[in-house]
Amino acid sequence: MANAHESTMHGGHAAGPAAGHASEHNPNLQHHFYSMEQQLEASTLGMWVFLVTEVMFFGGMFAAYLVYRTMYPEAWVAGSHHLQVTLGALNTGVLICSSLTMALAVRAAQTGSRRGQIVNLVLTILLGSTFLVVKFFEYKAKFDHHLVPGPHFDPTLPRQEQLFFSLYFMLTGVHAAHMVVGIGLMLVILAMAWRGKFDASYYTPVEISGLYWHFVDIVWIFLFPLLYLLGFHSGGGA
Amino acid sequence: MSSAHVTPIKVYVAIFVALLVFTFITYDVARYDFGALNTPVALAIAVTKATLVVMFFMGLRFNTPLTKVVAVAGFFWLLILFGLTMGDYASRTWLGVPGR
Repeated sequence: MANAHESTMHGGHAAGPAAGHASEHNPNLQHHFYSMEQQLEASTLGMWVFLVTEVMFFGGMFAAYLVYRTMYPEAWVAGSHHLQVTLGALNTGVLICSSLTMALAVRAAQTGSRRGQIVNLVLTILLGSTFLVVKFFEYKAKFDHHLVPGPHFDPTLPRQEQLFFSLYFMLTGVHAAHMVVGIGLMLVILAMAWRGKFDASYYTPVEISGLYWHFVDIVWIFLFPLLYLLGFHSGGGA
Repeated sequence: MSSAHVTPIKVYVAIFVALLVFTFITYDVARYDFGALNTPVALAIAVTKATLVVMFFMGLRFNTPLTKVVAVAGFFWLLILFGLTMGDYASRTWLGVPGR
């Protein structure tokens, strides 16, 4: 332990100008960490461990998707025809834009730009909300067209298509719930950034909330082709 | 953190453009029928996009080796989940086990 302490101290000094004594006394340094650097590394590791549990959480639903799609490939293509490819593609673009603004918000914190953090966090929140609005209209169309599994499901469609739509609503619904949580998280980070809480020496909350935001983007990167584009070549979509 | 890597804005914008281009490609190639290759093509593009996000936007490149191992292990376990699940479903008919 003494050695680890030693090497952190000296390594920290060599690593950059603000390390060392200044960061030893940083009010944002929790007492159980040696240095700001170790604190950020530990927090990042912890966030990744959480994201791995999220990967497994979504993974279970993707596994169900895989099993049923293998069993009923025609129902999957037919179900995919009912989804609006243009809206799915639009939302993919919106989320990619939000990931850029998120990355820029973290960068603004690293470079100590309060204005940059606020602008990029607000943009991230707006883009995330845009995604949810588009999603709302997509869901509404599914209700109007009797594509929601259950007693009101369009009886002219094959029964297996209900499985497709069950997984569609489950996967996109849980994803949308993650978006809502992400937006809430960003509002908290925005309030902290507004108060000038972050600078080059301390931006851990921005960094790890950003990791969460990018993860939710990645889930959609897989959902878009797997749900919307299956039957596109055979004249599906809109 | 003082020794944190600050990625130039140019790099972020380049990754952003690459992600949009890949989104267009995945949309465009979906209009053609490659038969059994449709899904592998779509997944290859999605994995490429996810890798770009993980490496650059999430900055995994600059994280500690331990964090990298944890991240890779997560996706590796996901493959085990899919592999063993499909191993079961794919082999059920071989022995004539009822229930499938």
